[in-house]
Amino acid sequence: MMRYTVKRLLLAIPTLLAMLSAVFVLVRLVPGDPAAAMLGDQASAAALSALRTQLGLNLPLHTQYLNFLGDVLTGNFGYSLSNGQSVLREVAEVLPWTLQLSFAAIVIGIGLGLPLGIWAALRRDAWPDYLSRLLSLAGLSFPAFVSGILMLLVFAIELNWFPVIGSTTSGNPWSQWRGLVLPASNLGLIMTAYVTRVSRSSMLSVLSEDYIRTARAKGLRPSQLILRHGLRNALIPILTVVGLYFGTLIGNSVLTEIVFNRPGLGKLILGALNARDYTLLQGLMIVFAACVIIVNLLTDLAYGWVDPRVKYK
Amino acid sequence: MSTLSPSAPPTASAAPPDSLWRALLSNRVAWIGVALLLLIVLVAVFAPWLAPHDPLQQNIAYRLDPPSADFWLGTDSYGRDVLSRLIYGARISLLVGFLAVLIAMLIGSSLGILAGYLGGWFDQLVMGLVDVLLSFPTLLLGLMVAAMLGASLENLIVAIAITEIAPFVRIARAPTIALKQRDFIEAGRALGFGPIRLMGVHILPNMASDVIVLASLWMAAAIRTEASLSFIGLGVPPPIATWGSMIREGFNNILDAWWLIVFPCVAILLTVLALNLLGDALRDALDPKLRGEKR
Repeated sequence: MMRYTVKRLLLAIPTLLAMLSAVFVLVRLVPGDPAAAMLGDQASAAALSALRTQLGLNLPLHTQYLNFLGDVLTGNFGYSLSNGQSVLREVAEVLPWTLQLSFAAIVIGIGLGLPLGIWAALRRDAWPDYLSRLLSLAGLSFPAFVSGILMLLVFAIELNWFPVIGSTTSGNPWSQWRGLVLPASNLGLIMTAYVTRVSRSSMLSVLSEDYIRTARAKGLRPSQLILRHGLRNALIPILTVVGLYFGTLIGNSVLTEIVFNRPGLGKLILGALNARDYTLLQGLMIVFAACVIIVNLLTDLAYGWVDPRVKYK
Repeated sequence: MSTLSPSAPPTASAAPPDSLWRALLSNRVAWIGVALLLLIVLVAVFAPWLAPHDPLQQNIAYRLDPPSADFWLGTDSYGRDVLSRLIYGARISLLVGFLAVLIAMLIGSSLGILAGYLGGWFDQLVMGLVDVLLSFPTLLLGLMVAAMLGASLENLIVAIAITEIAPFVRIARAPTIALKQRDFIEAGRALGFGPIRLMGVHILPNMASDVIVLASLWMAAAIRTEASLSFIGLGVPPPIATWGSMIREGFNNILDAWWLIVFPCVAILLTVLALNLLGDALRDALDPKLRGEKR
């Protein structure tokens, strides 16, 4: 297990470096002078040259690149152009809100999706199966902001069950929970669609295996058959999808935060976009991509834990 | 790469797409998707004849009017007809979705076939690129590219295409690696066929149907991404009507005018649903394990 872990960790390093290079290139895609793009048309020549110096734009490109890599690798993600705060501090300030939302969504997604998928697989081509397929198709078709806005319209505005504007920033825990219900359901139900679909197909393929027939013939109790022999073997594809889904989850939570006006990384990105705060955007891209790479790594490591065969490959 | 892009000659690809077509014919759910999609395409094509009003015509006298006999789906905050904007918006969604996927498909599958066929450092380079592309959350990559390039129709298409290259590389590369060791490729090589002919005429048709299935599913994703970017404000600039930007405008009036939000939401949903239905049905038809399954 140790060797497998170390090998996977080492494999992540080139991806991480390549990702940083991609961000470097991406930020330099801005047509013309980035400093002028950030400050707008009315900026004075002095302000422009000051910003260019601050950003190191007057240095040769390869020096800029090495400085950028050096900064990021030593934990310096730059400073927000609009308020001068360090990018990491900006992220750390709103991260708890995003984590709270994502965690609630994952709990809903796996808590509903896994049983629904297993149920559908066990009752294949009966109504639970059709219901789960219909629900997951619908969930997969909703862009996160569309479902979020419709929820807001129905449950907050028409029925008045929940606050229209997330009262999450107020200290009262009860109103915090109430503010979390709609955004978390929005994100969670979309995730449920993904998890249901893959648990169903994964369980179906496992249930047709010979060892399941053998176990059934042995007279094993159904619950044990499904959980210990079925689910455990069906977990790898499910894990893969949950891992791969992480990138989508980030995008969806950005949209959800915007719709429900919740503080978090989504609103931070939107603010950075509107303020043309490219250093903050660059830092946020790195933070998000690093998260995706780490989650992929953890997913791979989880394979080794779920399926002992993997680590000997 | 353009030498690879013309799709396979019909004779060479006859076998797989034909069986795919037959499997599709017997699938009723797929037909719902096809019918819906056809309807939306027709609406987009005949927009100038179908739209009851000019989608850009502002009229302050009819500001935020609820649905009525004159304006079936109501008017927005500039007094523009929501139905007409919805009809014209179909053009943008389909155009962006189709072109973005087409670009991603051409670049992605060409790179995938080349990587699988050539192997070695080129393969490693391409797969490294795929790993990097996959490490960015789709929406954020699109958002970043669109923000850097500036908001315009072309840039939006490019931004979305970039987010969708990686899956096409993967789906083309794996079968190429398996195919290049098969006897018929070996025989082609012995006959003196060049690598471009081998890849384009003999390898590409064998995966054409997989690529098409993927394209229909990713076109749904492209339309979702387009709508999301427009909603954030990075889409086609106003006053051009797109479904995402209509929802964005409606969102600012959410307390007063539900019709501004609900109708474009339904339009996006139906389009994505139609493409997903079609893509799923195509995929099931292709999957030999599911082929016997009754629907």
